[in-house]
Amino acid sequence: MKSKLGLDRALVDRARTSAAKVAEDTQRFIDCHTTVAVERTVCRLLGIDGVNEVGVPLPNVVVDHLCDKDVLDDGAAYRIGAAMAELGLSPQEIAEGIDRGEIDLAALPGKREEEIRAALAPVVEASLARIRGNVAKRQDYLEKFGEKDGPYIYLIVATGNIYEDITQAKAAAKQGADIIAVIRTTGQSLLDFVPYGATTEGFGGTYATQENFRLMRAALDEVGEEQHRYIRLCNYCSGLCMPEIAAMGALERLDVMLNDALYGILFRDINMQRTIIDQYFSRVINSFAGVIINTGEDNYLTTADAYEEAHTVLASQFLNEAFAKCAGLPEEQMGLGHAFEMDPDLPNAFLYELAQAQMAREIFPNAPLKYMPPTKFMTGNIFRGHVQDALFNMVTILTGQKIHLLGMMTEAIHTPFMSDRALAIENAQYIFRTMQDFGSEIEFKEGGIIRSRAAEVLQKAADLLGEIEQMGLFATLEKGVFADIKRPIDGGKGLEGVVRKADGYFNPFIEEMRKEEKA
Amino acid sequence: MSSGLYDMSAKDFDKTLDLTMLKPYGDTMNDGKVQLSFTLPVPNDDRGMEAARLISRQMGLSEPNVAYARALDKEFTFYVVYGSCTHSVDYTKIKIHAIEDKAMEMDEVDEYIREHIGRKIVVIGASTGTDAHTVGIDAIMNRKGFAGHYGLERYEMIEAYNLGSQVPNEEFLAKAREVNADVLLVSQTVTQKNIHIQNLTELIELAEAEGMRANHVMCCGGARITHELAKELGFDAGFGPGKFANDVATFCVKEMVRRGIK
Repeated sequence: MKSKLGLDRALVDRARTSAAKVAEDTQRFIDCHTTVAVERTVCRLLGIDGVNEVGVPLPNVVVDHLCDKDVLDDGAAYRIGAAMAELGLSPQEIAEGIDRGEIDLAALPGKREEEIRAALAPVVEASLARIRGNVAKRQDYLEKFGEKDGPYIYLIVATGNIYEDITQAKAAAKQGADIIAVIRTTGQSLLDFVPYGATTEGFGGTYATQENFRLMRAALDEVGEEQHRYIRLCNYCSGLCMPEIAAMGALERLDVMLNDALYGILFRDINMQRTIIDQYFSRVINSFAGVIINTGEDNYLTTADAYEEAHTVLASQFLNEAFAKCAGLPEEQMGLGHAFEMDPDLPNAFLYELAQAQMAREIFPNAPLKYMPPTKFMTGNIFRGHVQDALFNMVTILTGQKIHLLGMMTEAIHTPFMSDRALAIENAQYIFRTMQDFGSEIEFKEGGIIRSRAAEVLQKAADLLGEIEQMGLFATLEKGVFADIKRPIDGGKGLEGVVRKADGYFNPFIEEMRKEEKA
Repeated sequence: MSSGLYDMSAKDFDKTLDLTMLKPYGDTMNDGKVQLSFTLPVPNDDRGMEAARLISRQMGLSEPNVAYARALDKEFTFYVVYGSCTHSVDYTKIKIHAIEDKAMEMDEVDEYIREHIGRKIVVIGASTGTDAHTVGIDAIMNRKGFAGHYGLERYEMIEAYNLGSQVPNEEFLAKAREVNADVLLVSQTVTQKNIHIQNLTELIELAEAEGMRANHVMCCGGARITHELAKELGFDAGFGPGKFANDVATFCVKEMVRRGIK
């Protein structure tokens, strides 16, 4: 791709190298720790599911048991595998036995690692085979119906009731949506467990549960068959259950997951050590399951100024890319995020937005960039809002953004009505159709506003990454570099769920998933 | 009725403004013209159009004109309707709760505090309950402020603590005691199923139970918050869209002086 911005490639490389160093440095910390969420994920992938009679999910029952016995540092796989070898039971039967108080994983006789691994192997393989099957099925659909050129139209549903969500999602898919995201209920990110079963009550969204995933997947496959398009399903792999939700998504063939390395720390006040460990396993799973991750840099701009803080978005994109690479995620699955959030009163704001979107495109050429619509300056004036969304749509088609989250004219008023969605799709399709090849017709003037803006943002981002490289990631977060938010290393939620791995620790899923990616 | 650009209908109504019989205005006084849009869960056909007209009539519109109809799905149709509102209100009899203090600028607020309170005041803010949004409280408190109005953190005579989002009400009050807050600001963005009402009510009840209500100024804010709603829930004031840090600061310092909180 010929650069329209004349970006300084050496500077891009410098920024990327700094980010890689930060990520590698942090990865050393990740590699010697695990968390309750990581171990619950291992339980889920070993087939442990369901809730006990007081509604506690069995993966939590098992991991709480391991914590009580102070053996979580061995890992759930080690302890459950040993129990399988000793008792000849399935992981689910073991979990039920623990719940009834009949099995104490810490009291069973020790086993040699080979014996444990042999006991686990068929269960691990069955789980991986199911996920591989999902990847193949997605591929079949895409071959049958064809892949879409141009932006994916991404729409949200958020009724709180999975069945109502399905009605809305099907209508949206028929109107042209390519990706349906089921917004989660407010507060789910801070639950240290994943709720169970189909749910019909939520605030501002619907609980992410495996059953809800399954129901929506089936509905979208049905409407996709009718429409001869593959409709992608998106959910939120963030909060205190990042890897668990990744596993559920992998098992139910979700296609896209919100999955940011830093978002939970900044915006949900989750402890940074916890998030950084959790994000790694979640990304290994997403990578293996062919899931496109979406990162959350757009959120910085809802608190910090979109013009002044643009370089922090770019710096964070570099970091998210580096962390994703550490987890083996291919560039084609890195939906790095950014947003159209400048003040409409700022002269030339459209040019700056265009410069930044083009810059992201050129710096991350293989990434399906996720572009978020205006929210901060949506006022309730739905008529102006529709025009703001139109300008946003133009930037997308001019700069080749891939995952295009549709703006709603009723943003800031309510979760979208069915009609809001239809009007938003009409707006986007009109612009994408009539301006389809406009991007390849225009070049940006040397020394002009657009090139200068991109150069300035890149320079500041590279400088910032240089500083972060010196400070390290944790110190950077303590200083409040991103989104003006400061977080202490021992503050926030979920730190008690972090433990240092014992010598015999192993996670068969990370091993197997990463092996396959290397092959 | 949708006969083109020119409205040829006779305008045989009184065209003088009468505030005791206030009506919407399209292009002629008292024409009552309104525009609305809605979706009906029926197919897009003549019967659906008639349903849209009848619904509009029942909403009090005379001569409803369905300007546009479009299928959203097999069983859902979107309508844009114009009509004349047959109802009116007596504007002269309306009483509202409005904040009467004229907003001061940042420097004036600082000066007012120096002169009338004589010490820095302490303001604590958060988005409490399950609400994860910080956009509202940040707009008021962050140094940078919003739309050209500096946030409370920048005020020389205000010590501001922004606790962010998803702060439990109990924790919010505990922190307020810890920092000796004078003013408590709570922001609510998520309003589905009136969750904000429950949460704001809970906060006030807790504050009363802990004997903190009388000697603190308590305000709430958010996109769907009005001053009237805030008063009804037991707050001193409510700040909706278009209100900035200096509006909040002005009310709070004047209220402190009115109530003798020193």
